Amino acid sequence: MNGLKGMMLGGAMGMALAGAALAQEDTIKVGVLHSLSGTMAISETTLKDTVLMMIEEQNKKGGLLGKKLEAVVVDPASDWPLFAEKARELITVSDVDVIFGCWTSVSRKSVLPVIEESNGLLFYPVQYEGEESSKNVFYTGAAPNQQAIPAVDYYLEELGVEKFALLGTDYVYPRTTNNILESYLISKGIAKEDIFVNYTPFGHSDWSKIVSDVVALGADGKKVGVISTINGDANIGFYKELAAAGVSADKIPVVAFSVGEEELAGLDTTNLVGHLAAWNYFQSAETPENAEFIKTWHAFIGDEARTTNDPMEATYIGFKMWAQAVEKAGTTDVDPVREAMYGQEVANLTGGTATMLPNHHLTKPVLIGEIRDDGQFDIISQTEPVAGDAWTDFLPESAVLEADWPGLGCGMYNSETKTCVQLKSNY
Amino acid sequence: MTRQTFVERSFLAKNPSVLWFILILALFTLGVTVLSEAYGVAFLSTSFVKTLGKTLCLCLVALAMDLIWGYAGILSLGHMAFFALGGYGLGMWLMYARTEEIVVAALAQGGLPATPEEVRQGIAVQIFGVVGASEFPPIWAFAHSFWAQMALVVLVPGGLALVFGWLAFRSRVTGVYLSILTQAMTLALALYLFQNDSGLRGNNGLSGLQNLPGLGDVSQDALSVWFFWASAFALGAGYVLLAWVVSGKFGSVIRAIRDDEQRVRFLGYSVEGYKLFVFTLTAVIAAIAGALYYPQAGIINPAELAPIASIYLAVWVAIGGRGRLYGAVIGAAFVSLLSSWFTGGRAPSVPLGFYTVNWVDWWLVLLGLSFVAVTLFAPKGMGGLFDLWAGVRSPDRKGAALGPDDGALMEREAKE
Amino acid sequence: MRPFLLSLATAVLLALAALCPAPALAQGAAEILTANRALIEKPTRAKIAPVIAALAESGDPLAATVLAAWAEKGLGLRKADGAFFLIDRSGDGWALRGLDGADAGMAARSDIMELRPNAGVRGLIATALVQFTLSDPDPARRAGAVESIARDPSADHLEPLRASLETEADPALLSQKARLERLLTLRFDPDPAARVAAIEGFGADLGLDLRAALNPLLATTRMAFAGDPPEGANVARMLVPGRDLTGGEAYDLLVAAGMAPARLTVEEARAALLANIVDGAVGGVPVADLGTQAARERAYTALETAGTVPQAATDAEVEAAIAAHRFAEVYAEPDAAVTTAAKAALDAIGMKVGAMQAADLALDAVSLASIYFLAAIGLAITFGVMRVINMAHGEFIMMGAYTGYVVQLFIADYTLSILVALPLAFAVTFAAGVAMERLVIRHLYKRPLETLLATFGISIALQQIAKNVFGTQARPLTAPAWLDGALTFNDVVSISYIRIAIFVLALVFLLFFLWLMRRTRLGLEVRAVTQNPSMAASMGINPDRINMLTFGLGSGIAGIAGVAIGLYAKVTSELGSDYIVQSFMTVVVGGVGNIWGTLAGAALIGVLQKGIEWLNPSNTLAAQTYMILFIILFIQFRPRGIIALKGRAAGD
Repeated sequence: MNGLKGMMLGGAMGMALAGAALAQEDTIKVGVLHSLSGTMAISETTLKDTVLMMIEEQNKKGGLLGKKLEAVVVDPASDWPLFAEKARELITVSDVDVIFGCWTSVSRKSVLPVIEESNGLLFYPVQYEGEESSKNVFYTGAAPNQQAIPAVDYYLEELGVEKFALLGTDYVYPRTTNNILESYLISKGIAKEDIFVNYTPFGHSDWSKIVSDVVALGADGKKVGVISTINGDANIGFYKELAAAGVSADKIPVVAFSVGEEELAGLDTTNLVGHLAAWNYFQSAETPENAEFIKTWHAFIGDEARTTNDPMEATYIGFKMWAQAVEKAGTTDVDPVREAMYGQEVANLTGGTATMLPNHHLTKPVLIGEIRDDGQFDIISQTEPVAGDAWTDFLPESAVLEADWPGLGCGMYNSETKTCVQLKSNY
Repeated sequence: MTRQTFVERSFLAKNPSVLWFILILALFTLGVTVLSEAYGVAFLSTSFVKTLGKTLCLCLVALAMDLIWGYAGILSLGHMAFFALGGYGLGMWLMYARTEEIVVAALAQGGLPATPEEVRQGIAVQIFGVVGASEFPPIWAFAHSFWAQMALVVLVPGGLALVFGWLAFRSRVTGVYLSILTQAMTLALALYLFQNDSGLRGNNGLSGLQNLPGLGDVSQDALSVWFFWASAFALGAGYVLLAWVVSGKFGSVIRAIRDDEQRVRFLGYSVEGYKLFVFTLTAVIAAIAGALYYPQAGIINPAELAPIASIYLAVWVAIGGRGRLYGAVIGAAFVSLLSSWFTGGRAPSVPLGFYTVNWVDWWLVLLGLSFVAVTLFAPKGMGGLFDLWAGVRSPDRKGAALGPDDGALMEREAKE
Repeated sequence: MRPFLLSLATAVLLALAALCPAPALAQGAAEILTANRALIEKPTRAKIAPVIAALAESGDPLAATVLAAWAEKGLGLRKADGAFFLIDRSGDGWALRGLDGADAGMAARSDIMELRPNAGVRGLIATALVQFTLSDPDPARRAGAVESIARDPSADHLEPLRASLETEADPALLSQKARLERLLTLRFDPDPAARVAAIEGFGADLGLDLRAALNPLLATTRMAFAGDPPEGANVARMLVPGRDLTGGEAYDLLVAAGMAPARLTVEEARAALLANIVDGAVGGVPVADLGTQAARERAYTALETAGTVPQAATDAEVEAAIAAHRFAEVYAEPDAAVTTAAKAALDAIGMKVGAMQAADLALDAVSLASIYFLAAIGLAITFGVMRVINMAHGEFIMMGAYTGYVVQLFIADYTLSILVALPLAFAVTFAAGVAMERLVIRHLYKRPLETLLATFGISIALQQIAKNVFGTQARPLTAPAWLDGALTFNDVVSISYIRIAIFVLALVFLLFFLWLMRRTRLGLEVRAVTQNPSMAASMGINPDRINMLTFGLGSGIAGIAGVAIGLYAKVTSELGSDYIVQSFMTVVVGGVGNIWGTLAGAALIGVLQKGIEWLNPSNTLAAQTYMILFIILFIQFRPRGIIALKGRAAGD
């Protein structure tokens, strides 16, 4: 009985899927694979809206190759296996030409095998831990050398920090980033004993012991700095405890890689003024492009109070590049578009130009901002554009690897043994 | 010999639903195969075949849940942990073997033949590079061997259940206390796996499980159908096994334990032994279901072990109808497919004028409340519909209780 | 410009100028700024120092003002002509003043470039300003100068600081300055005796600044040498290979000092073999056989004998080299008297710090225990007394926290809003609890397992409703200013006021609960209904009403706990589920039906978690995991909890 029921239901759903595939043929389909429910919804919904805004803007300009763009939005519901399932659906059933999506690394790793198997095209817009270059993914967010390393350089050179506390949420991005930073710091002459590492669970709230541990680090007379890869909600408790313990930015600065304008909305920032964040974009960047972008965004979303953030800029750059590549290739087929992507240039919202590199990463300037009391950032340092490095130079296993798709046709090329380690990615 | 045939005859005679179930499952499997992309008319997309295959695995773990809760009266909130452990067990071998292929191929280009140390080191870097390690943790000691790892798929969850159950039943932890304890176990396991130091890649979990090593040329279209077959076979076998377990004297004893544990103990039965057996058996079944589920899902990570998953499992069984095996299967299939339909964004929104009900947002509210409603008004769940159809009616007991947890008890069982 | 400051600054500058004949002397502040415009627009700590020094030493009376304004982001640059102004935000634009303070009109936002030096540059500026501000009439500025020296102490500050001690009028600042002078003395005074005296003068002081000054004196490096230690080396201790350092480390020291050849790595060996493949074999070993490490070593040795690859150190050679040398840790500080005194002082401090750290850990544990207790006390009523499993308890906590958030939306004053929020949260969750009891739980008193599942359904629904209403982003719930900061006993032991408030609240509820259960009619009736409902009913107690009130009370307390928890952490829809499992465990571990048990359970969990965290400070997650494991085991061996009820009250 149950089987029959299941079959009927299955039939109905199957037809629904097949029906979607038969929809209009004269549009270019753009898949949007961002969680609209579940824990990641708050971050990812913004990116979905950004893609929809970009599509609307593009259609106002007459679409691409004479066709209108059509968004296919699915909801993977912050459920990692579901990301793979929905990606397969987008590519094989909805026949999308490109997918914009994913936020967490684990969701990207979940989607990778599907995208590579069916030769799809994914634009991934979030800063991540690197150590990856897939033929079918363009990474428009920052690699570690475009966010973490410059921030550490800032600590070493500008603030004279000699002792580091690497605090992170226990998952892959902080783990890998901290690993890279640890070897980088050691290569810069910081002793291993001067690097304190701590991992906490998602949503951690009991920070008093960790904050007092960090304060106690100052006991040997070295300037202490905190590098925070703490994710999401946990930051609130952390910053509250910092403020309560009287840790000012002058005494112990904190630079965060996952705290942007949106996260600060949940906080009273008066006690946090002067603490830092490193991104490739801040809403307070003063360029005409950024002013225009913010204006369009506010008009699209209908709310003047909505902030913009770094992954939105990454989405913006990714979309513009893809559109340019499609124009150049004259088709939306994945392989010609991929070929056309290399060397594409789009103006950054913070000034300068983003160029797509052969390793599927971008050149981006690195910005360091100090938290203001209004929840925005004062940009106090902006580097020249830095080329994204897929495989970090600061881990021995990765230092020998490089990615060069047009040149070597390989995303994981061992330059020592001159061999391509693998064509598909590590999942 | 004669006894054997007697049991067999009486088993099928007592459980006509088993034949029906196998028949329907076989027809369903055939139907999906014919409609699949790989072996048929390509009416069902590969991703949907995977969804159906996964649903069958969920039905299997729901069966196990029904045995432990519906029949033995132990509300375990830890069976999804065993399910995930099974997935991890198989996943370790899948990852190891697939990575080994890649590493061996890469090293073969290197000029010198690879030493075993180099191969192992290469695999470790590939698998653990993502969490910033390059050494194999001890728990991967058997990952290179398919058979050893297969044994672990069963032995680890079974062993955990055995130890946990022995401790808990021995000290007479029962009822809600046991539920809370199993939930704590699940939480501890999830937190442990979330740690990178656990050696199972922390929050990243194991991924790329959909690619079978040595079968790189076989398309996912075909693989999805193979796994669907395997899941259907496992579900069928599990159903027959459990129907056999609950039909004999053993079944009567565990139902008696559910209804009045003290009395069974006074009658001289080893209550703890029965409970422990059921707990371990269901844990093993859950683990097998998990081992079949995760290669179809493609990725397993600690979020799968969250305590809420085990509660959903109980929800499925309760909605389907406790104390009858087909009830569990119906509940799991119905709720999980409905859930993926609602969260898939395909359910039409309901405009109320002042507010639009978006099912993506409101589905969980509906599920939660419908669960309250089922508990309050239809303790028999959807399976109760069959009683209506078959004309089985609850007796009017004039308010007298049937047992300590009488909502679970079925009248037909009481008559036997 | 204050004339006093002017004259003082001039005096100091003249003194400095006499010491260093800087050509910059001739220039005014404005010229220096203009000349270094590019550097000032994008200052880096490494390059800006000469500009700041030039400004400080320029002798221009405006220099101090300019520097101070620059550090405070009050200096701007007109993009059109590169002129510098003091700027203030005014409406949409900038109000400009010349460097001399004269009003220079207004400018649009985009015409002026606001100079935003980073914290490192600001630190340099503050250090440069010290000479102007150490004796500034404004105490705040003097305090700033002291802070700046404390943050970045250097030998140059010792003399000015000593000079300013005599004129310091403010007693608090004076003691700060005096302490700072001692700290600088022990580090920078040229006379070793003075340094030792300064060190000994502190005794076992707990200040972080003292340890920060002492520890660098004891910084050591490892070195290797043949024979006796080199002349002048202040040896901390000799190192014995195998005991104090591994053979590998010892050899690495030798290699680093150039006293031994490097060892061969696996990769180098591999590369050497690859480079020497001749006719499909390396050193006589066929390539196909090189699949084991032993075969590779054989091949390499063959190559070594043939002389085609350099000799790599063999194990025997490594051991011989280690045996031929001695290893020691050597202080960077050359004076042995100073290091001995510093070591003695630090040892004394270390004992005290250890004790204080234990005290701090205990405070943390008590604080965590009080949070768990607060989260669990509502459960102690609904589960402990009524034996109703309410999985939605966590969501009641969440509702309380959101009530606090909503109240703050309407009442801007934080103190007032908290005073309103506490009773309101109680009212809201009391009502929710009563509604739930009437609609759902009442029907399930005989089916405890189903109560668990039904309340879980409610929990899922409530959580999702909260997400739909408030979004998944965390919401701010801000504590009033008087709860900001921390109660600091010394530099080691401190606890934030908000945690103290939670502790007090937990205490209040404990007393309230005891009073309610033992001293009131309601408590009597609750106990009667719990122990024997039918007997209670025949005594004229209405069990329905009692159950309803008790459940409401337990839920209401959860609401208040929610406000407290929201204040110290965050307000999200998942707030409740973070606490639910721990809360149940608190009640179960402690022993059901006894408030002292709940207290004991909370204390056990708090102490345990902090204890494990202390053992493994780098992984908080592990602490939580092992804590739960311990509790599972604990319950197995003591299923009725720490304080088990006996006799009739124990029920089944």
